[in-house]
Amino acid sequence: MVLDVRLVPGAFDPAGELAAFTARVPAAGGVVSFLGKVRADSGVEALEIRHYEPMTLPGFAALAQTAARRWALEGLLLLHRVGEMGPDAPIVLVAAAARHRRDAFAATDFVMDHLKSESWLWKRERTAQGWRWIEPRAQDHSDRARWS
Amino acid sequence: MDRGARLVFLGRLEDLAGMAELAVPTGPLEQVLAGLDRELAVALLDDRVRLALNGRLLAESGGIMLGAGDELAFLPPVSGG
Repeated sequence: MVLDVRLVPGAFDPAGELAAFTARVPAAGGVVSFLGKVRADSGVEALEIRHYEPMTLPGFAALAQTAARRWALEGLLLLHRVGEMGPDAPIVLVAAAARHRRDAFAATDFVMDHLKSESWLWKRERTAQGWRWIEPRAQDHSDRARWS
Repeated sequence: MDRGARLVFLGRLEDLAGMAELAVPTGPLEQVLAGLDRELAVALLDDRVRLALNGRLLAESGGIMLGAGDELAFLPPVSGG
């Protein structure tokens, strides 16, 4: 079982990361991935994500382990950017590898729903009007409630 | 000051405080907060702000005593990953 969970302080290459992860899970019959990126059409010039070292990564690791217990996985990859990034930059890459695709789809969806509502991350974005902190969305909480 | 404690401000609280962390004397949290800028102290005590002592989330914010080397983090609502 491969669990690869990292906070990434600089730009990363999603295709390269996915290829490297896939190479580590030979028993998998499928790999499902989700890539979250900064929207490039919304007037956002920069996005900054701040984290809290003692809690953010341990929280991600616990989430990955929960998913690994709940579904039959060969591996789970969870990469999350922190720091400042521009339009189109990759923010988050989640990939689940499993012998059978449904486990991989479900685990990826589960991890994303929990990341959106529970991560110890704070985001702000810069538009022509300046920096603005991003508030939690009600939708993020109802998405997570699908799993309980 | 290395025998004191440390407050850590996350998200918008960092901007409000004008710093990411602050070295403070040890003692009851109420006493430490009383020494801060009033606007900042009010923001730190907001119901939606969670507290973590040395990386562990606290169930409630009452009766906190800061000891030497303690790190108390103020966590405003998260924005999502």
